[in-house]
Amino acid sequence: MNIDFSKEELEFQQQVRQWFTDNLPADLKEKNRVGLSLSKEEIVGWQKKLNEKGWLAITWPEEYGGPGWTPTQRYIFDMERARAGAPVGISMGIVMLGPVLQAFGTQEQKDRYLPRILSCEDWWCQGYSEPGAGSDLASLKTEMVADGDEYVINGAKIWTTYAHYANWCFCLVRTNKEVKKQAGISFVLIPMDAPGITVRPIVSIDGEHHLNEVFFDDVRVPKENLVGQEGQGWTVAKYLLTHERTTIAGVADSKVTLQGIKEMAAKTIANDRPLSQHESLELKIAETEIDLLALEYTNFRTLAATAAGKGPGAESSILKINGTEIQQALSELMVDLAAYQAAPFNTESAMGPPEFKQSLARYNFLRASTIYGGSHEIQKNVITKMILGLS
Amino acid sequence: MDFSLSDEQRIIKEAAEKFIAKDYTFDARNKIISSDEGMSRETWQQFADFGWLGIALPEEVGGYGGSMIETMIITEALGSAMVIEPFLSTVVMCASLIQQAGNSTQKEELLPKIIEGNLLLSLAFVEEQSRYNLADVATSAEKSGDDYVINGTKVVALGAPWADKLILSVRTSGNRTDTSGISLFLINKSAPGVTCTDYALADGSQGANILLENVSVSKDALIGELDQGLTILEDVIDRATAALCADALGAMEACFKKTLEYVKTRKQFDVAIGSFQVLQHRVVDMFTAVESSRSMAYMVSMKINVDDAIERKKAVSAAKAHIGKHARFVSQQAVQLHGGIGMTEELDIGHYFRRLTLFCRLFGSTEYHIERFAKFSQI
Ligand SMILES: Cc1cc2nc3c(=O)[nH]c(=O)nc-3n(C[C@H](O)[C@H](O)[C@H](O)COP(=O)(O)OP(=O)(O)OC[C@H]3O[C@@H](n4cnc5c(N)ncnc54)[C@H](O)[C@@H]3O)c2cc1C
Repeated sequence: MNIDFSKEELEFQQQVRQWFTDNLPADLKEKNRVGLSLSKEEIVGWQKKLNEKGWLAITWPEEYGGPGWTPTQRYIFDMERARAGAPVGISMGIVMLGPVLQAFGTQEQKDRYLPRILSCEDWWCQGYSEPGAGSDLASLKTEMVADGDEYVINGAKIWTTYAHYANWCFCLVRTNKEVKKQAGISFVLIPMDAPGITVRPIVSIDGEHHLNEVFFDDVRVPKENLVGQEGQGWTVAKYLLTHERTTIAGVADSKVTLQGIKEMAAKTIANDRPLSQHESLELKIAETEIDLLALEYTNFRTLAATAAGKGPGAESSILKINGTEIQQALSELMVDLAAYQAAPFNTESAMGPPEFKQSLARYNFLRASTIYGGSHEIQKNVITKMILGLS
Repeated sequence: MDFSLSDEQRIIKEAAEKFIAKDYTFDARNKIISSDEGMSRETWQQFADFGWLGIALPEEVGGYGGSMIETMIITEALGSAMVIEPFLSTVVMCASLIQQAGNSTQKEELLPKIIEGNLLLSLAFVEEQSRYNLADVATSAEKSGDDYVINGTKVVALGAPWADKLILSVRTSGNRTDTSGISLFLINKSAPGVTCTDYALADGSQGANILLENVSVSKDALIGELDQGLTILEDVIDRATAALCADALGAMEACFKKTLEYVKTRKQFDVAIGSFQVLQHRVVDMFTAVESSRSMAYMVSMKINVDDAIERKKAVSAAKAHIGKHARFVSQQAVQLHGGIGMTEELDIGHYFRRLTLFCRLFGSTEYHIERFAKFSQI
């Protein structure tokens, strides 16, 4: 048993590290470190840079413009990315739509959409959830009916992250009400500038606008925008869940966050001692570090299994549960360090270091990490059924 | 043994609950927060009319003559509606400080105005380096003839943007963290050399940093004895902590009730999500957390007046630590069980979450109070 990287992998690591050192803009790094939201321009600019290097779509196979890395290389890349202080990839086009089109899209769809995802000409948002369909996604009601060469869409999506940045939306819609819920769902691509679309901003408890509600009122798209067959949408959406997710645990970013917390604890003096020597804080930080170490090894085990060709199944639920709990604990630790300095909200004028000023907003937003992407409770239901065989 | 309220106390409670339900809805609160001033003077006048602004002040000065129990009945109601008006800073902190330590001139001049609603105050006792240590005071007051000259910076002074006057903890002798040598001064916010930087706090209320540059005050501005301010300050913060515990209790109970209602009505998988056993048990945990917190709020409301200072401090720390631990749980689960909608500014749940998150860090974190309790609890 060992967790050593091979010589080639170590060389690869050096190469990635160097590239980040040479290419990551300092202001982006600083904003990311403190936890400030990046603007659309900043995100796109950075992604273009990654794409020029061929490192934007790291999960894509070579034939579609991916680097063709092994799972271990992808893991190393993610570690180095976080270590360098670069933002985690948030492109729904890369992470979600790309793999779907590669597996289910027509040649025309692949040729048309994949290059534009890589070049960042298109920003895709994910239109799955609805007011009445969250955890129970299959009960979604947004309706799509055929009309000649076109489809007509009516309904509403909610919690659509960055819909206000996006020019395209991939959506799950209902095309058949007569069959079993899952069997009546289709996967469709909708341009956000289509007549009949309204985007309503939703401000979240970190005080920022990431989320939206998207209304569809007789929105028309050509039939060629359907991905897969009518009624295949559920299978298409589920496919992503079985897709390899070695970074779902967020280990790399949490390690960097932990390091930042330790630095703040060491440099903030109270009662003539650094906070790192205040026993209750010291122990809390250490306990979280131990939990993170355990997560890292669980992640290694999944990685080794994936590298050996055993696809991760329900195990990724373990990674998600432990990973998000640690992210939340870390964000809370920074608030604990900040004490009174966490109290001012969304203000430039308060005193203290930016890490502290931003700490509460981060803690607030990360409450969502146990809600989105399959809530904690839903992940545990998956483990109950798929791993433990209880029902 | 009797935990029931007296008739007078029940009347206060019912009036407070009625006011909250009728005049301080979530919508009304949002309007107040987004108004120019960020608080409602009209609401403040209502508080005066209810007699709340003098609730714990003696009848001689025009107060109601109540105890911590009456104060906590009010703050619990204020917490349940997340009231942002500065009751805590003006009434629980500053008025009671003046009542406890002020001379007769100060009491006669200030307390009636507070009771009428015409004077708002803020206690500025936190500094950037001080964390929860009340004795860590770098702001200094140097004697100069009959006057004192104050220099330094206070941070996160609760309610300061709305205050007319400030009470400052300053160092008049000794080193930065000495327990003696701290004095309390009353100054006008408009005094030359005072610069306030106002900002919103996480719960929708406001605070400020206060820069003090050669602020000259006469020795009459001293409250209590020179160099002996720490004991007064500790007492005031302990009382404020008790009152804030009731505020948190009100917010927790509201969170719990709203979440209970939500899991009964929100449907997923064709059933109310409250039919899933894991969520049932979670709501039970929220419920027991609220009940346990209520017990501690009652405990501290009774013990805050005992003569034995150690017993008093133990009671305050026990309440703050216990309620803090449960406030964290209840607020986090309220968001979790609401799902996406719990993450939004549009629903009240996220605002309760922030108020309770702030509660956990005001006047000493949960860990701070566990440590303080441990220190006083040793045999
Ligand atoms: C910040 C954020 C970003 C998001 N981004 C997107 C996006 O870009 N695109 C998109 O389509 N969606 C997005 N979502 C939506 C997200 O996927 C949903 O919020 C999630 O599926 C939960 O659904 P819900 O909010 O309706 O909560 P509900 O499903 O109503 O859940 C409420 C509570 O009930 C629990 N619960 C539900 N069912 C069960 C059960 N069977 N057993 C036990 N407990 C249960 C849940 O765990 C939760 O605690 C985002 C959400 C957030 C918060």
